[in-house]
Formats: sequence, C-alpha cells, structure tokens
Amino acid sequence: MCGIAGLLRLDGNPADPDVLHRMIRTVRHRGPDGVGVYTDRNLGFAHARLSIVDLQAGQQPMHDGTRRLWITFNGEIFNHVELRESLIRKGHRFHTQSDTEVILHQYMEKGADCVHDFNGQWAFAIWDSEQRKLFLSRDRLGVRPLFYTTHDGSFLFSSEVKSLFAYPGMPREIDRAGLDQIFTFWCTLPPRTVFRGIQELPPGHSLTIEDGEIKVRRYWQLDYSSAGNASTEPAAEGPIAERLLELLADATRIRLRADVPVGAYLSGGLDSSLVTALMRQSSGGTMKTFSVTFTDPEFDESRHQDDIGRYLSVERNRIRCDTDDIGRVFPEVIWQVEKPILRTAPCPLFMLSKLVRECGYKVVLTGEGSDEMLGGYDIFREAKIRRFWGAQPDSRSRPLLLKKLYPYQTNLQMQSSRYLQAFFQVTGDGLSNAFFSHMPRWNMTSGLKTFFSSDVQADLRNQNCYQDLETFLPKSYFGWDPFCQAQYLESSMLLPGYILSSQGDRVAMAHSVEARFPFLDHRVAEFAASIPPSLKMKVLNEKYILKRCAEKLVPSSIINRTKQPYRAPEGKSFFTGNKARDYVEAALSPDSLQRAGLFEPATVQNLLDKFRRGSAIGIRDNMALTGILSTQLVVDQFIERRSV
Amino acid sequence: MKDEVRKFIIDNFLFGRDAGRLSDDDSFLEKSLIDSSGILELVGFLEETYGIQVLDHELVPENLDSINKVLRYLDRKSSENLEIRIAGRTAS
Repeated sequence: MCGIAGLLRLDGNPADPDVLHRMIRTVRHRGPDGVGVYTDRNLGFAHARLSIVDLQAGQQPMHDGTRRLWITFNGEIFNHVELRESLIRKGHRFHTQSDTEVILHQYMEKGADCVHDFNGQWAFAIWDSEQRKLFLSRDRLGVRPLFYTTHDGSFLFSSEVKSLFAYPGMPREIDRAGLDQIFTFWCTLPPRTVFRGIQELPPGHSLTIEDGEIKVRRYWQLDYSSAGNASTEPAAEGPIAERLLELLADATRIRLRADVPVGAYLSGGLDSSLVTALMRQSSGGTMKTFSVTFTDPEFDESRHQDDIGRYLSVERNRIRCDTDDIGRVFPEVIWQVEKPILRTAPCPLFMLSKLVRECGYKVVLTGEGSDEMLGGYDIFREAKIRRFWGAQPDSRSRPLLLKKLYPYQTNLQMQSSRYLQAFFQVTGDGLSNAFFSHMPRWNMTSGLKTFFSSDVQADLRNQNCYQDLETFLPKSYFGWDPFCQAQYLESSMLLPGYILSSQGDRVAMAHSVEARFPFLDHRVAEFAASIPPSLKMKVLNEKYILKRCAEKLVPSSIINRTKQPYRAPEGKSFFTGNKARDYVEAALSPDSLQRAGLFEPATVQNLLDKFRRGSAIGIRDNMALTGILSTQLVVDQFIERRSV
Repeated sequence: MKDEVRKFIIDNFLFGRDAGRLSDDDSFLEKSLIDSSGILELVGFLEETYGIQVLDHELVPENLDSINKVLRYLDRKSSENLEIRIAGRTAS
C-alpha cells in the first residue's frame, strides 16, 4: 500500500522532478518506507512505498524489464501468484516477486482489459514510453483513491488531493455543487469532488491519455439484474450459503498474502467476527486483533468483542475512545479525509490505525462491505418496514416496527404514528420513488442547507443533485427490485464516497496501515448481487444468508445479537462544558465564516448557542455542526492556510 | 401569540434565518425544518410557554406542522381548558 502521484505535460514540456518530489512528499504517510521518482521527457511518476510484498525488490516506479512500460501503483493484486504462473507459461520473465510486476506483464498481454483479471484493490498508472500512452485504473469498488486534474498544460494525478495542491499555482476553490451533494447524499458523486476542477476516477473505471486526448471508460459495475430471477426455494438456501462461504474463505485466504504479519479489526459484529474466524482457519499461531471501545455505553461493543476474542483465541488490542478524543483528533482527521463529513465516526478509526501501527502491524483485514453486499444496514430494514406500512397506512402495529428498529433513538420512541408516517414518507408518491429507501435520510440531510449562505443558495438554485444522481445510475437500476436498488445506492455512493474513504483508506493510511476487505472481493460482490433479496433479508432478519454461512464458525451469541450500527459521539465532542474548543471557535467565528462565504454566520452562531445551552439534542443539529465545522476546516486547511 | 410561535420556530429550526420566507401555512415537515427531536422541542416550548399539556394523541402533524396549525391547536386547547374550568366550577 502506497501513495502515488504523477503528471503528463500535455504541452510537451519536460516533467519537473522537483515538482514530483513535492507532490509525493505530501502523501509520505501512505508510504514511509521509500520514495521513487521517474521521468521520461514530459511524463513523470512518483511513488511513496509501504513495503508489504517483496520487501527487497518491490521499489517503484517499476519497469517491465525492457523499460518500455513503467508503473506507479498503490494497492494489492491478491491473485498475483496465479496470474504470475499463467504469465510464465506464456513466456513472461519476472525479476521480482511483487504484484506490481505482474500488473505490468498482464498489461503487456491484454492492454486496458488486464484489469478484468485482477482480484484486488488498486489505483495505478502505467506509462507506455513507446506509444506515449498513459493508462490509469482504479479498483472495482473504490477501495483505493485516485484523483486527477488538468492545469498549466499538465494532466496530474495522485492518491490524495493535497498532492495535487502541491503543484505550483494550482487553483483551490470549493465546488459548491459538490458541497450540495455532500449535504444531501453524505458524499459527492464521482467524478465530482468538493474541490472545483479536481476529479476522482470513479470506482470500476480506467482512464487513458493518448495524443492529448483523455478518455474515461467504465470496465465494471455491480449488476442486480439476475437477483430477481434466482430461486427462493428453501432447497436453494444451503447451496447458496455454501458457495458464499467458499468464496469468502478464498477471498480471506488470498488477502492474507503478505510478507508482513496481517491482523484484523474486530468490532464485535458478525462481519468482522466471521472474517477473523476465516483468518483463524487459514493461519495458525498468534493472531492480533484491534478494536475500538467507547467510554459511553451507548456506543460500546466491548462485551461482544470479548466474546468473539475468547472464542477464537486471538490477541486483543484496543483503544478506548471518548468525546474528548474525538474533539481532539477531528482537525487531523479532516486533513486526512479531505472533505466535509457529517459524522464523527472516522475519528475512532483514525485512532485505531495508530494503535495498529504502534503494535508493529501494517496490514489488517476488516468486515467492511458486508452490509452493502448482503443487506445488513438498518436503512434496508427501514425501507422494508416503510413499504410494509405503506401497504396499510392506517395500521397501528406496523409503525411500531420502526420504533423497534431504532431503539437508541429515544426521540423517535416518543413519536405518534402520524409523525412517523411523515418522517419516513410512508404515504403518497414516496412509495413509487426510485430512491424510496434513501429519501428520508436525504431529505433530512438537505434540511441542513438552510445554513448555506445566500450566495451559495443562489448559486445552487439551478442545481438539482437528484438529476445528477439519475445520470450517475445505470439505466437498468430503474428496473431492479427495490431492495437491490437500495443496495446499489449504498454500494456505489456511500461505500466508496464515505465508508471506504473517510472511514477506510484515508484514516488507515494516515498511520501507514493497509486495510483489506474480503467482502469486497469482486467474486463475493458479484455472487452476492445474484442472491435474491429474500435471502439477504428474511422478513426482517438482516444478512440472513450470511448468518447461515457463519453458523459453524462464529458463536450464536454473535450471530443472533441485535445489530448495532457503528456510531461515535457527535456534537458534544466539540465542547468542553458549554465552551467550544478553540479551533471550533476559530473555524466558526463570524470572520472565518464570512471569509469562506459558504455558511450564514448568524445562523451558525445560533446553532453554536443552542449547543452551549445544551438544547441541541437531535441528529439534525449534530449533523449540522459536524458538517459545517468539517467544511470550514477543509477551507482553512486546503484553501486559506495552504498547508500544502 | 403568533409572533411568539413564529419566533420560536425561526430561532430553533431556522436558526434565526427567515427573511420572511416561512409562511404561516408552510409545513415544517415538507420544508425539512423539523426532525423527531424538533417535535419534542416544539412540544416543550408550547407546554412551558402556554401552560398546556400536549397529550400523546395530539402529537400529530394536523396540530403541529405549521404556524397556523399550532395557533389553531392552541386555540382549541385554551377553549377546552376554559370549558374544563367552567365545568369544574359548575360541578363544585
């Protein structure tokens, strides 16, 4: 796992190695084990290495042995062993044991189509020095980040935006349409980012530049077309569970390939417990696990972590996190995630990766992706209940299911059915809306735009992020089962745009830790997409088929426990008593807000006052504070202060 | 009373920002002004300011989802209270 950067001067001028060094320096946290720079007239690659595979010979940028093809690569190709064997049979000769060299040779064989053969998580660039052609690719589900832009006659790319800002004279401005998307969907729709002119290569896409022409092409996407046709007969369950487990076991096995020890994140939920159990099956000896615990029992899952830890006889390492910790690390987290966030949940994971590194580990396996691929999130159950209720809107018992779904939302428990109906949009046109599952969340989040400045609101008057979303979605989406539609929205938007970035790559790589995700093995993802929705959620039993898979590997106390969504303390983290932390006061001062021009200063002051009075109790107020504060920190760190 | 209710809504749910845009008939729900805790804040305000008790079955959008609905609800509550007081006096 590493950091990459590069540039191609489209005006034909030579690439400046000093600029490349400057760019790669900003992402040294991604690769503290070495730096390499390569230039070929108007092309330059840079690489910061975190050595995990072939510690001695895996330096980058690397060439193919003939010096025709060069690569800078961030990530892992887990099936590099099998690909190497197949390439050797075809006559390819290798000089290292690294997966990096395998990419080059597979590219030599198949060109841009090589990506179809990779099982892994990657962002890489290949330079064909003969054809003067640049090829960039990002993995199928967006585990590894890849940003790009054009400026000053150059095409530039990097693992992180801050590296692009290291290019001299790079314009820095908030993209207001991107901000609008974040304050609706919690993420931007790629290629858009929150920075104007900076684009993100969408997951499952490749980009080529030849003769000055930039072409972006999708090579993969999740497809739920067959999920509706699959058999739902009880007899089909067993074979489906067996096949899923087989794929997960293999996905885990190949993700243990490394020349350094591999640990696991253990949350105490089903997904990380199953991954850890599968790791246990594949490798003996001491196994280290890493967990977040919370001082506040509302968020804490220690008891379940202890249960599974004892059951699997793994070594437990944990951090204890409280509101003070979250408030303390928040600015650093924003520096890493490089975008506004509406939740503080990345903060504990930022602290956890630090612990991993302190324990001498560089690689962890985690359970992320399971909830998206196999239907685990509350939003899926919520949508099912809403539809069930919508079929009989006058029912008195059906709304109780919603209260049962969110036992930790005390305010919700006190609502009448009529209000629940309104909050959850159970009646009217809502039921036929193609975004039915997500509309309550998006509507609530959109309410935060009341804080936008008049200038931003005027700018966004003709902006319709739902139209953007319709363009973003595949045509076939509109014919899928509603459960699959909800899964696709989570998998294609929030998974890469928040879970894998802000809660994943960025906070792990902040401490040079690589996370690997067996549930995001494309074989698992494709198979899961073909499973009928009724087996993912049986009545209201989430991840039903996965629970069947886990029966022999994970204790029933973990399988049958009530799912606890991963959350962290929010707004109160930014206060000590009724006094806002110094950086909060500074970022949200009328002066700072006025300068940034994004939020109405008086409105934000009223929000702060509400927190100071202790009257801010709802999700909306907490999201507003976290969203506004993180946006202001992005402006401060990346645009005004020019820390890079 | 109308000014008080309006001020509460604007201060608490629009954070002071209105510029005359919120009409007395605008739905708080449709404008995404209010979430489940917002309802409880509104109820707390009405009970404290007007000395009424909002009963569970009265916690519905028909009573609380716009400034005018709140005012009509308060009207009804005060006449009910008056009737109760009169009935109480008559009974005693």
